[in-house]
Amino acid sequence: MIYYVGAFLLIGIGLYAIIIKKNLIKILIGLDLIASGTNLLIVSIGYVNGGTAPIFSRAGITAKMMVDPVPQALTLTAIVIGASELALAAAFVVLLYRHYGTLDIKKIRSLKW
Amino acid sequence: MIRKITYAIFLGIIITALVLFFAAFPFGKNKMAVGNYYLKNDIKQTGAANVVTAVTLDYRGFDTLGEVSVLFAAAAGVAILFYVLGEDKKKREKQVYPNFIVRVGSRIIFPFILLFGSYIFIHGHLTPGGGFQGGAIIASGFLLLYLAYPGESVNRKRLSVVEGLAGLTFVGLGLWGLFTQGNSFLFNFLPKGQLNMIFSAGILPIIYIAIGFKVASEFAGIVDDMMCEAVCRGGEK
Amino acid sequence: MILYASWILIILMIILAVLSVQFKDLIAAVVAMGAVSLIISLLFLFLQAPDVAMAEASIGAALTMAIYIIVVRKTERREK
Repeated sequence: MIYYVGAFLLIGIGLYAIIIKKNLIKILIGLDLIASGTNLLIVSIGYVNGGTAPIFSRAGITAKMMVDPVPQALTLTAIVIGASELALAAAFVVLLYRHYGTLDIKKIRSLKW
Repeated sequence: MIRKITYAIFLGIIITALVLFFAAFPFGKNKMAVGNYYLKNDIKQTGAANVVTAVTLDYRGFDTLGEVSVLFAAAAGVAILFYVLGEDKKKREKQVYPNFIVRVGSRIIFPFILLFGSYIFIHGHLTPGGGFQGGAIIASGFLLLYLAYPGESVNRKRLSVVEGLAGLTFVGLGLWGLFTQGNSFLFNFLPKGQLNMIFSAGILPIIYIAIGFKVASEFAGIVDDMMCEAVCRGGEK
Repeated sequence: MILYASWILIILMIILAVLSVQFKDLIAAVVAMGAVSLIISLLFLFLQAPDVAMAEASIGAALTMAIYIIVVRKTERREK
């Protein structure tokens, strides 16, 4: 149960950072926190008490003692997609700084009109 | 200040409601519905010892193709954003090289990083690992070289040739299964082999080797674009 | 014994996440984010998922942090 509370607290802290903070890099850190919290939540749903990792490595491991393999496969995809989205957002931040000269989102929104 | 406290209380109420809703999924109980079928029939149908690899590449192979496309789109987007039209030769300032240990040590340790990353994506169906993890480790090796020799870069044309061939291998194997074997896209047509041998599980090792090369070259391209921005020596676009 | 180790790690992770949002020096905030990623990789190992732990450690804690530090170097370092 502590895993669910920890993952939801991470998502809550990330949402707070996206709404309140004014610096663009703090908003990126908030996006990363939400993605990590969601991945932790998905993997901790598939846990079985007393289970082991889903690999047939020795001769004595049967299919009844393993944890759920489907959330682990989904989380693998989600981690790679989260990293690629952050790389693209970071490239945008560098170009925005070069164009406007500041990283404050209030100034960037009001320079246009 | 009032704004921050109001938002914090509002978020606290939402998170508490979500945690109380999740008390209906007790932690640690066996709730598998689809996972039971995959665990029971994995050795007969795919022959891979690592069940997560079998789920990612055989039972849900189309999602992996979608993920590889998203990674390709992000790397292409970063390359487009940092494109310099007409190179400015005056911008190349004098680089300060790091000290002797970093320069020589990074050249000694780089082949071992390549070997370790290749080991992880070749044995993806036997031990924990796979294409994405091995590709990221090889890209970290390239990052080490960028830190030790600032101002130099890899040859971008060769990286793009490797990436294109790897993507073509993945899609080509899927289409081969569709047209000549007469079944479905990404059908597993090579023999299953014996459990825990390296030449087992059909086409799964070949697909993971292709994914490993593709992910390594894409992440190395992203790092090269952000550090150099098209003014490094040795990299031709 | 394993249960109490995961409690300590989760509390440490929450404290580091709050600190990484509050720091004014951007390099310190990014380093705290890297520490959160590393602790999440350890928690994946406690939940019996070695594939996901390896992916989070190599992609989330190494490559993403390198990209963040390059971005902070090219823009400003202190938040005003």
